[in-house]
Amino acid sequence: MQWLWLVAALPLAGALALGVVGGLMPRRAAAAIGCASVGLSWLVSIFVAVAFIRTHPAGGAFQQTLFRWLDAGALHVRMGFYLDSLSVVMMCVVAFVAFLIHLYSVGFMARDADYSLFFCYMNLFVGSMLVLVLADNLLSLYLGWEGVGLCSYLLIGFWYRDRANGVAAQKAFIVTRVGDASLAVGLFLIFWHVGSLDIQQAARAAAWGFGRDHALATIAALLLVGGAVGKSAQLPLQTWLPDAMAGPTPVSALIHAATMVTAGVYLIARTHALFALSPAAMLVVAIIGAATACYAGFSALAQRDIKRVLAYSTISQIGFMFLALGVGAWAAALFHFVTHAFFKALLFLSAGIVVQALDEERDIYRMGGLWRRLPWASWSFLIGACSLAALPLVTAGFYSKDAILRAAYSAPQGATALWAAGLLAALLTGVYIFRVFFLVFLGTPQSEVTRLPGALMKTAVAVLSLLALVGGFVGMPRALGGFSPLVHFLGQALGGLAAGAGGAMLLVISSVVSLAGISLGYLFFMRLAGLSPAVSRSAAFRVLDRFLLFGWGFDWLYDHAFVRPYTAIAKVNRGDFVDAFYLGAAWLAGMANRALSATESGRVRNYATALLLGAVVMVVILIWLK
Amino acid sequence: MTSIANVPTTAILVVALVLLMLGALGVMIRRDLLYVLMSLEIMFNGAGLAFVVGAAKWQQADGQVMVLLILVAAAAEVGVGLSLVLRLYHRLKTVDADKVSTLRG
Repeated sequence: MQWLWLVAALPLAGALALGVVGGLMPRRAAAAIGCASVGLSWLVSIFVAVAFIRTHPAGGAFQQTLFRWLDAGALHVRMGFYLDSLSVVMMCVVAFVAFLIHLYSVGFMARDADYSLFFCYMNLFVGSMLVLVLADNLLSLYLGWEGVGLCSYLLIGFWYRDRANGVAAQKAFIVTRVGDASLAVGLFLIFWHVGSLDIQQAARAAAWGFGRDHALATIAALLLVGGAVGKSAQLPLQTWLPDAMAGPTPVSALIHAATMVTAGVYLIARTHALFALSPAAMLVVAIIGAATACYAGFSALAQRDIKRVLAYSTISQIGFMFLALGVGAWAAALFHFVTHAFFKALLFLSAGIVVQALDEERDIYRMGGLWRRLPWASWSFLIGACSLAALPLVTAGFYSKDAILRAAYSAPQGATALWAAGLLAALLTGVYIFRVFFLVFLGTPQSEVTRLPGALMKTAVAVLSLLALVGGFVGMPRALGGFSPLVHFLGQALGGLAAGAGGAMLLVISSVVSLAGISLGYLFFMRLAGLSPAVSRSAAFRVLDRFLLFGWGFDWLYDHAFVRPYTAIAKVNRGDFVDAFYLGAAWLAGMANRALSATESGRVRNYATALLLGAVVMVVILIWLK
Repeated sequence: MTSIANVPTTAILVVALVLLMLGALGVMIRRDLLYVLMSLEIMFNGAGLAFVVGAAKWQQADGQVMVLLILVAAAAEVGVGLSLVLRLYHRLKTVDADKVSTLRG
């Protein structure tokens, strides 16, 4: 387990090497370094995980301190890694999915310029996420958190020659910054009140430190939620994620599956001791999750861009995880994170194949009939869609989503409403994802396939397809035998396993709902080939369609509420009135300079006159003083 | 017989002041450097006259000595000043003080 630091260090070293000398390398070498650093990191993480499980370190955790980072007054921060069952799971999944995405990128970016730069950013992205996941104190976690934000900016705007991509990158950066500011204030509050930024110490201290002081615990928890909401693209800071689709598809897969958006889920799971003190904050998390899951589900129904559908589906699935966190089912949230990482990466990678095959066409209404022509992408997308829609029994997504719905059903607060919202979102999931599937892969062909996936791309989607099917068998509900090693393993770190209602009835209900969603998708978009013209041409339907297409007008609202007033103020203040003071001082000095240099006329007569006047004045003063 | 002792001190001081002022006016308004030097001489003489009056009034030799010093200083000043004016004329072909203003800021 002494090798733990290598897990995060390897991708960072890869990024450093590629960043410094990447431009001089041949493309093959850049790809090899980019993949090898993450691949080795994954191998080390497996090695460390096996060692962790076999040795059972005392207290269920292994801690490694690398070096002292900061010593300032009462603040002592050490750069250290903390390994418990939560970080073991996160670490392995992040490194593994990232490795597959890197392999896929070798083929996907093969014709792109800035090849080594791409892998440099990707490695830095994975390295930052691993620092975030493994950090033993909140400041190191924040370091990884900001690193992830930076890399998302760099990668979303990777094709920076198109202005829209740059705008999307800035939007992602600025919107998540709102959350980051909230997180930073939360960290200050925790340090101020608890006196330590070490996560475990803070958690222990919070239990008695905040014990009677519930208001502060709630405020601290809500500030952390603010950060998590920004990074995980939940209401009301979700607007950046659909626009983040401007980046290359492997980047979207990485952001959605392994890094970035799951950071918020991890943050709440990591600080769950604090949340356990505050039922109010938990309820807020649950409501945000349930509302976001439904909101994004509805929005995904109307999207025309295949990647935007997937983006909204990520928002929706992260909403499920927040719902689980909010009802205290920490392990269920992490379980869904694992399965989601598999099937969402799979969906993005197969969508990437489709988009590339059709020459960067992203509009699902201009696709169709790809089933025979792109078999790899079709099968993998179908498997991913089934897993996302939670097709009962055979897919991974079913088990994790069922665990969340069961937890919501037995939630301490607002159980029925949360459960119903979860079911609604699950129903919508089936409809929107199979809408995409039927429109893109079945129906009549509309365009030529110009590019087929390479061997590495096929390998990556094949491995992910397998995992999207069988990845859920490590968390069976009790009604199906209760074989759930993953959930028990996570319980070691997260404690207080929410048992959830074990009834088979809930299982049947969630199965029926997911099947109903898929059937509705089939009915609307395959059998009827869209809605009847009378409905789809009506004004009300069009308004609704546009409303959903633009994500319920959040962008419009923020644009009018924040962006425009801000730019208007900036325009009014173009001269910068604060600067007026400094400019005024400069102007005054300039005027004095001009006045004084005018006296240096170079004329002897003037000097003599001045001399005489001075003498007269001196004499007058002397007389007067007498 | 009128001697200098019979003339009131104040009258002579007024003459000295007038001489000084005339010289100062000349320095201020004449542009020809030779006239400026001459005006300076007048100013010296004004100051010297004041010293002489003081010496006569208080019967002290110091004032007389000071006048001698002034005469010597004036001679030296004229020597330096005239040679400067000559050099100036050689270089710039003018003795107009206002045209010699290349040191203006």
